[in-house]
Amino acid sequence: MNDREAVISVRELTKCFGAFTAVDHLSFEVFRGEIFGFLGANGAGKTTAMRMLCGLSYPTSGWGRVAGYDIATQGEEIKRHIGYMSQRFSLYDDLTVLENIRLFGGIYGLSRREILRRAVGLLRRLGIRGEAHTRVRSLPLGWKQKLAFAVATLHRPEVVFLDEPTGGVDPLARRQFWELIYEAAAGGTTIFVTTHYMDEAEYCTRISMLVDGRIQALGTPAELKCRFAAESVDELFRRLARGAKRAQE
Amino acid sequence: MRTLPVLLEKEFRLFFRSPFLPKVVVLFPLMIMLVIPWVTTLDVRHIDVAVVDGDHSRTARRIIHKIEASEYFSLRGVEADYAAALRRLEAGEVDAILEIPYRFERNLTARSSEPVHIAANGVNAIKGSLGGQYLAAVVRESIAERIRELGGEDSAEGLVVVQNRYNPTLDYRFYMIPALMIMLLVMICGFLPALNLVGEKESGTIEQINVSPVGRWSFALAKLIPFWVIGLIVLGLVMIVARLLYGLAPEGSIAAIFLAAALFIFTMSGLGLGIANRSANMQQTMFVMFFFVMLFILLSGLVTPVESMPRWAQGLTRILPPRYFVDAMRALYLKGASIADLWVNYAALALFALAVNGWAALSYRKQL
Repeated sequence: MNDREAVISVRELTKCFGAFTAVDHLSFEVFRGEIFGFLGANGAGKTTAMRMLCGLSYPTSGWGRVAGYDIATQGEEIKRHIGYMSQRFSLYDDLTVLENIRLFGGIYGLSRREILRRAVGLLRRLGIRGEAHTRVRSLPLGWKQKLAFAVATLHRPEVVFLDEPTGGVDPLARRQFWELIYEAAAGGTTIFVTTHYMDEAEYCTRISMLVDGRIQALGTPAELKCRFAAESVDELFRRLARGAKRAQE
Repeated sequence: MRTLPVLLEKEFRLFFRSPFLPKVVVLFPLMIMLVIPWVTTLDVRHIDVAVVDGDHSRTARRIIHKIEASEYFSLRGVEADYAAALRRLEAGEVDAILEIPYRFERNLTARSSEPVHIAANGVNAIKGSLGGQYLAAVVRESIAERIRELGGEDSAEGLVVVQNRYNPTLDYRFYMIPALMIMLLVMICGFLPALNLVGEKESGTIEQINVSPVGRWSFALAKLIPFWVIGLIVLGLVMIVARLLYGLAPEGSIAAIFLAAALFIFTMSGLGLGIANRSANMQQTMFVMFFFVMLFILLSGLVTPVESMPRWAQGLTRILPPRYFVDAMRALYLKGASIADLWVNYAALALFALAVNGWAALSYRKQL
């Protein structure tokens, strides 16, 4: 494992809000091209940890590097090299599909011609070529999520952070979304994903289980099921999450 | 800064696509300019007057006739005695009583007259005090004429001062229109950027910008520039309305007005943006904005003159940007002042603009 290149590495990463320790001395590594599943119950600290990795929040203590940059001091550099998709849909509803692509392409410094070239390929891959001039507001949620993922990877980032990307859509749309994830990972993009769907966790290269701000288990789904003698990731999750002391939200 | 053009494009597109904003920016100023100049007048008219005539002389008749003829008064009757008139005042039927004492005219020539008595209802403070003064002016005018007729001398003495107050050409509309322009700029250029930014916070789109490499100055400028443009267009629009509808053209140069307005708009939009940056949601933003807007409107000399405020409040107005703009706008519009005359105001506005916008850009934090 050690011969692989770590795109994310974290040592003793901690975030406190007053007396409350949301993320408690996390240490892990994520390697290039992996799909890393970041699992945990509500309130376990997933989003807080992810926000620190994206340069949205400063760590209280500990150390971390993303795409070669320090998360405490080089937040803006990290932002050039990552993509991010939050659990709330956050493209501009009143802009068209193409205008959203142009906006975010422009923000990452792509030329107009390059943006157009990538946009054409992207719309074809998503199967929404006819919707280029449709306002995003009127797209179905499943399409919106796929579009948000495509926009988050438009500038070919090294890592993409996905915070519960498939909430609220049907299994077919989720399946299609995961095909996009596989495709991106096969192209060498590292995927860091949180989810509540345990079937999705089975698709990950490796998963970590966060309980009360600490990692309780980390490994491939097969390894973990074997180690904890669980039938599925779902069973594993229930067994570990039951030990949580924090009140469930 | 390279990202500024794409961000601006987005802001303008979203502005024009909003079902609400483009209409507001045109209709709100038009409504204000069409309606408010007619109603915000401190020029008191239709003061209801009861006269108690104890004299029945030519002087008394002249006074009553003048009251009847004036558009400032409505004569509600001549009462037999003061008590009857006072009952009508208490009942709210009249605003003021004018009592002309017995043998007033006769004693007038002898210069030993008992004075004319005016009682005004002070519940409506403005109507009461102005009404009383107007009445006094009418009486003095009549007496002066009468004395002149009777061949008296130095009759105009002490009467001239009042005449100014009573000057019907003192048009409050001309005084109010520059003030309305300022209020419009406060509302449009202060509230709209604040609402825009906090709207992005509530819809979550700002999150996507925060994880991107957009710089704080590009971000702030992209949020501010559209409202600078809109503010100046609104100002142009209301100046045209003031000219066409009320015949009020600026005495000073239009360039000087726009320069002062631009500096003021920078300040207001920066304030709105900074407050929105520091607020978590719409309610918080609105409440803090309202606080500032109230302060600005009431303390800047917009509606009541700064000179009549207590000394400590006058000091307070010096740290409020609108005070300098209100001064400058009135001087530019009504007196025809130049930039050189008002350099202090321009300098103060420029300083406020720099300070507030610097604060607004710095208060935008992508990382917490």
